[in-house]
Amino acid sequence: MIRFRLVCLHRILAAAVVTGSFLPTFIQAADIKPIRVVTANGITLLIQDQPFLPIITVNVLIKAGAVHDPDAKAGLAFLAGGLLDEGTKTRSATQIAKELEFMGAEFSAKAANDFATVSLRVLKKDSDRGFTLLADILMNPAFAEKEVARIRSELLGELQGEKDDPGIVANKAFDEIIFKGHPYRRPTNGDEKTVTQITRQDLVAFHDKYYRPNRTIMAVVGDIREFEALNLVKKHFGKWAPKDSSSQSFPAAAPLQKPVLKLIDKDLTQATVVLGHVGIDRKNPDFYAVAVMNYILGGGGFSSRLVNRIRDEQGLAYDVDSGFEADVMPGPFSVRLQTRNEAANKAIVNVLTEIKRIRTEPVGYQELADAKAYLIGSFPLRLDTTGKLAGLLTIVELHSLGLSYFEDYPKAIAAVTKEDVLRVAQKYLNPDLYALVVVAKQAEAQIDSGALLGTK
Amino acid sequence: MTTFQRALCLALVLALIGIFSLVEPAASGRLKVQEFTLANGLKVLLVEEPKAPVITVQIWYKVGSRNEIMGRAGLSHMLEHMMFKGTLKFGKGAFSKIIKKNGGNDNAFTSQDFTAYFENLAADKLELALEMEADRLKGLLLDDKEFQLEREVVKEERRLRVEDVPPSYLVEQMYAQAFMVHPYHWPIIGWFNDLNAMNREDLKAYYEKYYAPNNATLVIVGDMKAETALPMIKKYFEGIPTGSPPPLPAIVEPEQKGERRIIVKREAQLSFIYFGYKVPNFKSPDVYALAVLENILSAGKSARLHDALVYRKKLALQVGAGYNELAADPELFTFYALVQPKAKIEDVEKAVLVEIERLKKELPSDQELQKAKNQVEARNLFEQDSVFRQAMLLGTAETAGAGWQFIPNYVDQLHRVTKEDVRRVARKYLNADTRTVGILIPVRAKAYARPAAGDAP
Repeated sequence: MIRFRLVCLHRILAAAVVTGSFLPTFIQAADIKPIRVVTANGITLLIQDQPFLPIITVNVLIKAGAVHDPDAKAGLAFLAGGLLDEGTKTRSATQIAKELEFMGAEFSAKAANDFATVSLRVLKKDSDRGFTLLADILMNPAFAEKEVARIRSELLGELQGEKDDPGIVANKAFDEIIFKGHPYRRPTNGDEKTVTQITRQDLVAFHDKYYRPNRTIMAVVGDIREFEALNLVKKHFGKWAPKDSSSQSFPAAAPLQKPVLKLIDKDLTQATVVLGHVGIDRKNPDFYAVAVMNYILGGGGFSSRLVNRIRDEQGLAYDVDSGFEADVMPGPFSVRLQTRNEAANKAIVNVLTEIKRIRTEPVGYQELADAKAYLIGSFPLRLDTTGKLAGLLTIVELHSLGLSYFEDYPKAIAAVTKEDVLRVAQKYLNPDLYALVVVAKQAEAQIDSGALLGTK
Repeated sequence: MTTFQRALCLALVLALIGIFSLVEPAASGRLKVQEFTLANGLKVLLVEEPKAPVITVQIWYKVGSRNEIMGRAGLSHMLEHMMFKGTLKFGKGAFSKIIKKNGGNDNAFTSQDFTAYFENLAADKLELALEMEADRLKGLLLDDKEFQLEREVVKEERRLRVEDVPPSYLVEQMYAQAFMVHPYHWPIIGWFNDLNAMNREDLKAYYEKYYAPNNATLVIVGDMKAETALPMIKKYFEGIPTGSPPPLPAIVEPEQKGERRIIVKREAQLSFIYFGYKVPNFKSPDVYALAVLENILSAGKSARLHDALVYRKKLALQVGAGYNELAADPELFTFYALVQPKAKIEDVEKAVLVEIERLKKELPSDQELQKAKNQVEARNLFEQDSVFRQAMLLGTAETAGAGWQFIPNYVDQLHRVTKEDVRRVARKYLNADTRTVGILIPVRAKAYARPAAGDAP
């Protein structure tokens, strides 16, 4: 039920205060008590019984992300994820779709940098059939030549279409600059050249290597007792064979030596700006202080300095925000905004001013208190559906945050001081060495590179 | 007498006797809605949903771009933005800041038929949201300087959502063709010209006309008890006086007599087609058969359109159908397709029409009909997983004029639809003469830049 006549919002909801795998969590200990079990073949299973509605949500995270793509075959993990439900050894693509949709199930499969995610939502009465299909899709995809060719051609079409989206164009250029020498620099969905290189054999080999129970975290949330979930997993995934896989390590991205400006010319009324550099990984102990600092800078919507200055005081943009993607490895820190071409310089100067300010002046007492109150107080909203909770559980497990994380998180946020905020701003924000990407009608934007890069 | 007039009468009677009315919870469906009407006409819908310690508070005003007049397209949405710019009690920007420091998220949205504001919060913050929503129902500052700034923000929003997004631009043009007289003609966000022409007085008059308790519905879903929520609601909202009944939009779109086509040529990577047929809204019993028809054509990879155009013929990257049965006035049953780079847009259009014609000739299979019903039934339960979504559905149905009962009754109504109904509504409504077709023809960047190439194919 896609409605193209979009409802207009007051403000685009930011993807997350700190995006990526960061999910701020604070669980009132009594409410959520998941069971954690590692099956004989190595699946880490998290189960949360929530009997409110007769539905079950399963979120499966497989360490089969795009970081494992060879450079020349960028898009491999993405294609493999997209082909999982396009036919198995015993079911055609059409059959899978029919069986899932006849139950009214919701299904999705998608690969990102660090991992692939497969999720399924079914009515309780269909849980056994749902698991039958889920197991078949994960364990036995056929990667039939005909389906590979079709999905690849669809992906090529989408890649062409993405060129119309200034946000995507800017992100891709930005990642390429800041992640030099690191797998995060490649677009997850590859490009026209690399996608064409990917063969059926590549996909079969990728699946064989990375889609294994010992690389899998599975969360089951809904109207299901723990033993029922465990039995379903044993019954349907019991024959999935583990395979030794030592974890791969990657060299860090080469740091920028000087600020880099990339201008992309398109016939647009608005300039899309991305400014930033490499940030932090999820295991960084400064994560919580960074979350508070970023909220104050640009993550906190109308409570953030960037929105106040750029939108509320000057009317320069509908949406502006900042975020750290705290992934398995350090992900990007970026500020994003869109403004009419002519105002691009002015908006960027404002962004740099705010980055500098939070690095030099301690934040105010009230600002700090408000940021912490939001991050702690908004916790229940991040867990209020089976889907959100299942997604969160897999991420907590991925980063080995432990189930005590649900109690630790508010404490960690509460402990952040003004001094911490200043320290992490100085450590993780760099107003001298950054990438700046501007997709715009350049003749109108007239980007002042000298002034913006500090070379004038 | 329309539903709306009936509602007004009811409000009047209640104002006279000065008590609450309590309507029994819905007879069917799991959703237990409690309905009350305050003496001043404010409708209140409460759903006790204790599964998580959260709550959503939403206030829905019966005003959207449908209520605007020619030359002021976008006024409803502009006013929505100004609702965050302060009252005497809570100054500029305070609303969102206070909600956030209480751990909540707030936002608002405007459609053709409604403007709605919401706060999602921990359940114990209910009173705060009520106090602040009641406060901005009356006494908005509407400062002129703030308006001047916010107009620039809305223009940026228009650039972001429409001007630089080729398919959105086409959709806007298509609607302007499909509706020549009715306000569905213009975009919710407004045209640049109208945004520039607006002034503070327009906003003030509009606010006074439409922001009144008797033109609003308060929907609360979450971890609360009606017996404690209700006194709080009374405390903050009861003192707001009833407004004079807002004028009802009475514009009827004349019958369309023949297909209309609109072409947009602009720099873009992919062709896009978007077309719609004039169909009835919830006031017609045919809505349920049309909804089943939409599912058969469009709900998932096994649905007919995806199977034919994406899977078998490889003509489209995406294809689907859309039907908003909860439009306040009759709207469109739409089809869209994002064309495969190698495919021709004419072939894509033909392939969609083949599927439409097939539904007029042959009855759908038992299996397809059952699948559509299963999908709607499952979706109905999945949606109850989110308190926000539940409140949205109730608010939409109530504000459109269908009554919130439309939501809990929906699944039962859908189950009554037969194969013959589906074929009958396909024959009745999906006819070329009421069709408006919009086609986006990509123009290559260089050709676009050459002034003389304006008419080149």
